[in-house]
Amino acid sequence: MPGAIQAEGLVKTFGDVKALDGVDLEVPEGTVLGLLGPNGAGKTTTVRCLTTLLRPDSGRAVVAGIDVLKHPDAVRRSIGLSGQFAAVDEYLTGRENLQMVGQLYQMRAKAARARADELLEQFHLADAADRTAKTYSGGMRRRLDLAAALVVSPPVMFMDEPTTGLDPRNRQQLWDVIKDLVSGGTTLLLTTQYLEEADHLAHDIAVVDQGKVIAQGTSDQLKARTGGERVEVVVHEREHIRTAAALLDKYSLRGLGQGDTTVEEHMRKITTPVSGGAKLLAEIIRELDAEGIEIDDIGLRRPTLDDVFLSLTGHVAESAQSDDEEAAK
Amino acid sequence: MSAVTESVRVASHGNAFTRSVRDSLVVAKRNLIRMVRIPEVVIFGLIQPIMFVVLFSYVFGGSLDIGGSTSPQVYREFLMAGIFAQTVTFATAGAGAGIAEDMHKGLIDRFRSLPMARGAVLTGRTLADMVQTALTLLVLAIVALLVGWRTHTSIGEVLGAFGLLLLTGYAFTWIGAVIGLSVRTPEAATSGGLVWLFPVTFVSNAFVDSSNMTPWLRHIADWNPFSATVQACRELFGNPGVSTSDAWPMQHPVWASVIYSVLIIAVFRTLAVRKYRSAAA
Repeated sequence: MPGAIQAEGLVKTFGDVKALDGVDLEVPEGTVLGLLGPNGAGKTTTVRCLTTLLRPDSGRAVVAGIDVLKHPDAVRRSIGLSGQFAAVDEYLTGRENLQMVGQLYQMRAKAARARADELLEQFHLADAADRTAKTYSGGMRRRLDLAAALVVSPPVMFMDEPTTGLDPRNRQQLWDVIKDLVSGGTTLLLTTQYLEEADHLAHDIAVVDQGKVIAQGTSDQLKARTGGERVEVVVHEREHIRTAAALLDKYSLRGLGQGDTTVEEHMRKITTPVSGGAKLLAEIIRELDAEGIEIDDIGLRRPTLDDVFLSLTGHVAESAQSDDEEAAK
Repeated sequence: MSAVTESVRVASHGNAFTRSVRDSLVVAKRNLIRMVRIPEVVIFGLIQPIMFVVLFSYVFGGSLDIGGSTSPQVYREFLMAGIFAQTVTFATAGAGAGIAEDMHKGLIDRFRSLPMARGAVLTGRTLADMVQTALTLLVLAIVALLVGWRTHTSIGEVLGAFGLLLLTGYAFTWIGAVIGLSVRTPEAATSGGLVWLFPVTFVSNAFVDSSNMTPWLRHIADWNPFSATVQACRELFGNPGVSTSDAWPMQHPVWASVIYSVLIIAVFRTLAVRKYRSAAA
């Protein structure tokens, strides 16, 4: 079965900057793909190409079975886009915003109004329906923006950094909304620079860096590429560090190319790659106890997507400090 | 493939033209709601021309020679067509700033991702600006009557003059649309929409009798599209100071004004829609 979103070799150059350098993507129907990458990696440009806002220099894209370059208007009928900025008119009320979008999706005025009411209810905005969007909180605006993208229940949705700039509570709320949406069968392409978000919402993750997809797979597959689990121990006394390190080193998977036991002296922390899970952890605790080593903390740490990103790109995923740069494209 | 058949069915609801009209009206309504909710914009848009009416009438009235008369009353009647015409062209700045703001806020992206008619966002904006211009003209006409402006022709001719003014204003808002789509910020669109209007409206017959200008400047003034509208209004209002220049636009000002406006719309609408289609926030 062909994917709901397919892209092959998308290239887009702005002046001297190659924003996209041959992006290939495939999103099967009814699944969520998380496009993960730092600012300027090409996430927004990819979304703009797939949503007909930008014409790629070369490459091919099919969305909802329709060729994006040949029939952009037909694609527009089958997609919803929720952008990085909450693109709602702040001087219109929530209801007026949604009704306008409905009418521009070619719905009759009355049908558009009924649909607006339905969405306001669904997104917990019914109480604020007749207030101008200017008075809404950041989280409410995002919800309104998302509602606007869902007016015609499009089979394919694009969300460009839907939770950037939201506080944790609002982020959680928006995640719940997105999960509901996906459980209804909508295909979703989501860009994010929050590794946690991709981990949480996406079936598949494509890591983008410098205009290219450098890895794609499930969160577990990507983590497996980075390596297995690690045991982290923080000892109480500085003089115990050597003994504890030697003890832990016995369990190290050093020979399998998983790296050495490392010691962070100032934090009294020892880390070693292991396999064996919780059972092993119990064993280590018993041995440390037998040696009379007091510990402040011990834990089994699985690789996070941060680790994945670091090992794939050689640099740490950036935080949201230069949002405007990507937006400028 | 179901999506394709679906889209064909939706598209058959109306042809491209009715869809374009419908979408433009939806966007125009949106912009009119905004004008009601931000009345400052409309009010400040009124203050400037009213100030011009009062200042020009009382400061220049009596010292400028119009058709051999320096009577303040003659100058006031002469002046009004110029103020009316200048006021309608200043709508350019509002249209440009509004469109630049929509780009800046990401609304243009939203509109461009919707299956709507391509020119509708811009047409809707310019139509809403025309409504605002009409309102401004109405208030201005009342102020003008208060300071002593009178018409001496039939009601049909007077309404015709106001129709020409609206058409001129509408044409100029398309220039504003191109400016709004070309700059990065609403502020730049406002100043970019205004600066060039000063030479255009002052190197004309709007505030002084152009026959008193040096010949090369008079030529520019006589062929200035803006002058054609001013001359047409003076003729249709029966106000003094109608230019006797033998330049074609001064001899046939109504036709000249209509032709200029239609040309401006044709050129700048095409440019604006092309820019809109490739616009990036």
